[in-house]
Amino acid sequence: MSRAKSFSLPSRVLHWLMAAMILIMLFIGVFMASTVGPNYDRLVALHRPLGIAILALALLRLANRLRSPPPPLPEELPPTMKIGAKASHLLLYALMIAMPLVGWGMMSAGGYPILLWGRSMLLPPILPHDPTLWAWLRSVHTVLAFLLFGLVLAHIGAAMFHGFIRRDGVLQSMIFTQKSAKG
Amino acid sequence: MATKPVVPPASALRWLGVITAPIALALGFLWAGGWLTPHRLTQTSLLDALRAVDGVHPGFRRNHAKGVCVTGWFEGNGNAAALSAASILRQGQRVPVVGRFALAGGMPFQADAPAKIRSMALSLMSPNGQEWRMGLNDIPVFPVRTPQEFHDLQWASRPDPATGKSDPMRLKAFRAGHPWLQEAAGRITHRSVSGGFADDTYRSLDSFLLVKENGEKTAVRWAMEPVQTAIAAGGNTDDHDYHFRDLIDDIHARPLQWRLLVTVAGGHDVIDDPSQVWAEDDRQIDAGTLTLTAVESEEGGPCTGITFDPLVLPPGVAPSGDPILQARSAAYMRSFSLRSGEKSPVPAITPSLTAAPGDAEGKKS
Repeated sequence: MSRAKSFSLPSRVLHWLMAAMILIMLFIGVFMASTVGPNYDRLVALHRPLGIAILALALLRLANRLRSPPPPLPEELPPTMKIGAKASHLLLYALMIAMPLVGWGMMSAGGYPILLWGRSMLLPPILPHDPTLWAWLRSVHTVLAFLLFGLVLAHIGAAMFHGFIRRDGVLQSMIFTQKSAKG
Repeated sequence: MATKPVVPPASALRWLGVITAPIALALGFLWAGGWLTPHRLTQTSLLDALRAVDGVHPGFRRNHAKGVCVTGWFEGNGNAAALSAASILRQGQRVPVVGRFALAGGMPFQADAPAKIRSMALSLMSPNGQEWRMGLNDIPVFPVRTPQEFHDLQWASRPDPATGKSDPMRLKAFRAGHPWLQEAAGRITHRSVSGGFADDTYRSLDSFLLVKENGEKTAVRWAMEPVQTAIAAGGNTDDHDYHFRDLIDDIHARPLQWRLLVTVAGGHDVIDDPSQVWAEDDRQIDAGTLTLTAVESEEGGPCTGITFDPLVLPPGVAPSGDPILQARSAAYMRSFSLRSGEKSPVPAITPSLTAAPGDAEGKKS
């Protein structure tokens, strides 16, 4: 049985850092989009720089992935599972990049000043001030957030399936440094 | 080596290991979004309470629905610059203003009446891209202290479907359950009422913090106090839109001005409760002058695409711990996204009403 080779250390660091950030982001997002409570403003103020940081890290990660490609999936993995794995990762990357851009764009279209950090740093608008576009992007942001959260759950479930059921080293390849058993 | 089956046999415990994390996260997510706690006060339930009182009016603001756009400028005089780093408060800087006058309530076609609450909303745009938005009302204090009380008061004053009027028993029950709001209710009921929009005083109600360059904070409230006394002929109260017609005539006759009066909290003033008045002898600072020179209908007007979120603040101004501010910011965002996604309605105050007297377009209709 072959054991998958590990991801490079920078890839693993980026993965776990972004995993934490994206989960925090999704929970802040869904909470602040419903609350009228005392932390609303603080959470909105945190959501913006965290989103921009995720955008920057996602682009960095894409570059890193092209430079050091991920280890191949185990050979004996059925083709449908391989396709599912590839497609879900493609979609994860697309959403990591699209979500912050939609958020930035929707604030632009809503005519809000886009404060990045505290009240002193402003981001320029990336779309024209257009209320109809704002309403549309505001809904898109919600729909994509649910899609991203669903994908994250599927991703975690799949990782656990590899780790607990198939025990094929795929989960470990994102945790430890391990050499391919096949060399 | 034999090919491994796609799903190798595994114990129930191992399968539990697969599903535990996703299920726990999904439950946490549902909780965070309020779906597991249907009685939690949310943006949606707050707007639902307003709708229960005012009905459904697609495309309009969920509160302060009947209004008109105005434009002009604000010029600081430097008097408050010692308390705040906000560039807008510095001396001699003129910044453009987009504003809106409105009647409180979510009914876009309600008739004007003397005792109805009037509001002035403003966006002061500083050249560096920072904005200072405010939503001011002509009442002395806010009727409630918390978002939950706001929701409950709306809910208590919703009209009875049989009579179309609010049920006095429900309101009585609300009052009895909230004796600490009695004073605020009395102050609002017995406030002095001005003739119209132009000679009215509009107050922030909520408290804010002015922040110096060195981080030092001062709790304040502010108000726009009219420079002019009543101008218009004193409107015909039989006219459905007489307050707005007077305002339009006034602005066409000459620029209207207000002074920004900043009140500094004294030692005994309650900062985070907008239902309480502050002491009469608090220090007041005349911080600058607002000048409004033009009026336009919301149909195509410059205020329609703006939500006057009171937490859009420039550096040098920060929110206080007043819980109403947070709820206003959140609910305004929700109202803005809902109405902007609906078909643009025709407002009560149409472009032909706001046109200048000599304007051909104004004469047509």
